[in-house]
Amino acid sequence: MYEGVVQDLIDELGRLPGVGPKSAQRIAFHVLQADPADVRRLAAALTEVKEKVRFCAVCGNVAQEEHCRICADPRRDAAVICVVEEPKDVVAIERTREFRGRYHVLGGAISPIEGVGPEDLRIRELLARLADGAVTELILATDPNLEGEATATYLARMVKAMGLKVTRLASGLPVGGDLEYADEVTLGRAFEGRRLLDV
Amino acid sequence: MHLTHLSLADFRSYPRAEVSLGPGVVAFTGPNGQGKTNLVEAVGYLAALGSHRVSGDAPLVRSGAERAYVRGAVQGGGRSTLLEVEINPGRANRARINRGAPVRPRELLGSLRTVLFAPEDLTLVKGDPGDRRRFLDELLVARAPRLAGVRQDYERVLKQRNALLRTVAMARRAARGAKPDLSTLDVWDAHLARAGAELTARRLELVAALRPLVDAAYARIAPGGGEASLEYRGSVGAALPAEGSEPAELEAVLAAALAESRPQEVERGVTLVGPHRDELLLGLGGLPAKGYASHGESWSLALALRLASYDLLRADDGQGLGDPVLILDDVFAELDARRRDRLAELVADGEQVLVTAAVPEDVPAALSGARFEVADGAVRPSAVGS
Ligand SMILES: Nc1ncnc2c1ncn2[C@@H]1O[C@H](COP(=O)(O)OP(=O)(O)OP(=O)(O)O)[C@@H](O)[C@H]1O
Ligand SMILES: [Mg+2]
Ligand SMILES: [Zn+2]
Repeated sequence: MYEGVVQDLIDELGRLPGVGPKSAQRIAFHVLQADPADVRRLAAALTEVKEKVRFCAVCGNVAQEEHCRICADPRRDAAVICVVEEPKDVVAIERTREFRGRYHVLGGAISPIEGVGPEDLRIRELLARLADGAVTELILATDPNLEGEATATYLARMVKAMGLKVTRLASGLPVGGDLEYADEVTLGRAFEGRRLLDV
Repeated sequence: MHLTHLSLADFRSYPRAEVSLGPGVVAFTGPNGQGKTNLVEAVGYLAALGSHRVSGDAPLVRSGAERAYVRGAVQGGGRSTLLEVEINPGRANRARINRGAPVRPRELLGSLRTVLFAPEDLTLVKGDPGDRRRFLDELLVARAPRLAGVRQDYERVLKQRNALLRTVAMARRAARGAKPDLSTLDVWDAHLARAGAELTARRLELVAALRPLVDAAYARIAPGGGEASLEYRGSVGAALPAEGSEPAELEAVLAAALAESRPQEVERGVTLVGPHRDELLLGLGGLPAKGYASHGESWSLALALRLASYDLLRADDGQGLGDPVLILDDVFAELDARRRDRLAELVADGEQVLVTAAVPEDVPAALSGARFEVADGAVRPSAVGS
């Protein structure tokens, strides 16, 4: 244990995803030794991102206004919604330039081990978006791993009665990984070759 | 295939060790606790990425050191491959092939194939069902490294489903009679049935292939000892389709069994059917081996299971890499003179057979070949070879 504020910093860093106690310590001491101007810039970026960036009221993607850039763009096809786990997946799919519809960001995937159930994801919001029947295709682009598959199966079953077309990205994506790790060509191809999900 | 060189750094009792090996029989002898098993354990680790003695990696790192290295040069199929693994307990291990860029250790699987028999294998006969399931699953992966994924997928689904069942069971207890939302359980059932069916189908296939080989191996080690039998008993009971059934059929059976056992599962908060609850029943002369077989019989049956594995891997050498390396740790001391000689005959033609024994005289004369003396942390070619 270190003294007061140093330990506080280590504790706070340790709560970040992917940062273990050892890394938290390393980052903390890096910050201690860094140029004050650099640290101020980091602190400013952290505060600013919380002040200026919020989540799109419609799709849950990061946004600077009430609606994100994509939801606010009238040229995007409102009849197709692509469901992803995280905002970073939106970025990955946008890079392919393969998709002209809109998104829905769930905020994760079903994972009982981590205590994440359907009620912790933005599923209610998705169902509300589908209620008026204007959406004709739902593309389930959750990660190609077990939790992503399970979430896709769950969603497909939920909306089955609504009679819209439900598709899943074609296989060929690196299995077990994150969507964001797939390169543009592979992801683009998976989009083109998406198949009907039968549950 | 055979190992031409083994290098260790901070592995078990060895700060460093360099051993050059040839094909044929290689015997390591020396007093107790000098590091004979440690050597062959390292060879097994390179092949299976796990120890046959411990489940975690921490004991493999020499006490006081931070990480261990195992490197082996393998000759097979007309080429030589250098395999390296860095063992970092508690963190990700790293591996390299032919001094290339670091790869995931899984990439090593298949380059070196071994079959290891050790005193611990007595648990194959006397131990829990889990020991026999592990035997089957490890052999599956040794035959087809791709199946490591099938095994992992099943374990992951099972973990998720058990986590869900646990919270459901807890919620029910907290609020008596409350009806928890089971819609996600249906999803996990579907995934468990699919992954479980794939694993079960592979195991059934394997048991069918092993059965005649185990019986034959047992008959050769212990002639007149009765028939050795293997039977795969599914946790779904009599509903388990016959060996050779399609995964789709198994999936339907497993899904139905999950539906049937759901009330108990929700009550107890754990998955009660699936390959993690299946049994491999071993029999000798019409009686169950566990609980009936004598010590010597159990030992011979365990050995027969490993020799059958060896025969199986030898037969399906799709890549033309040659026989797996056969490792016999401390096996001769337990056998009477006649069984020793029979075993020696059985394995003498293997491409490479690594043998350990505390007493040099325990290694049958029929097993001529290189001999090493292991003592005081050093591995030296033996002056008194045969
Ligand atoms: N992580 C470790 N660090 C240091 N020493 C270790 C480590 N693990 C095991 N040892 C030592 O290695 C020795 C055991 O070596 P090993 O099991 O290879 O013996 P052996 O030669 O096979 O003996 P036996 O004839 O009794 O089977 C023990 O003395 C043990 O203390
Ligand atoms: Mg030993
Ligand atoms: Zn939006």
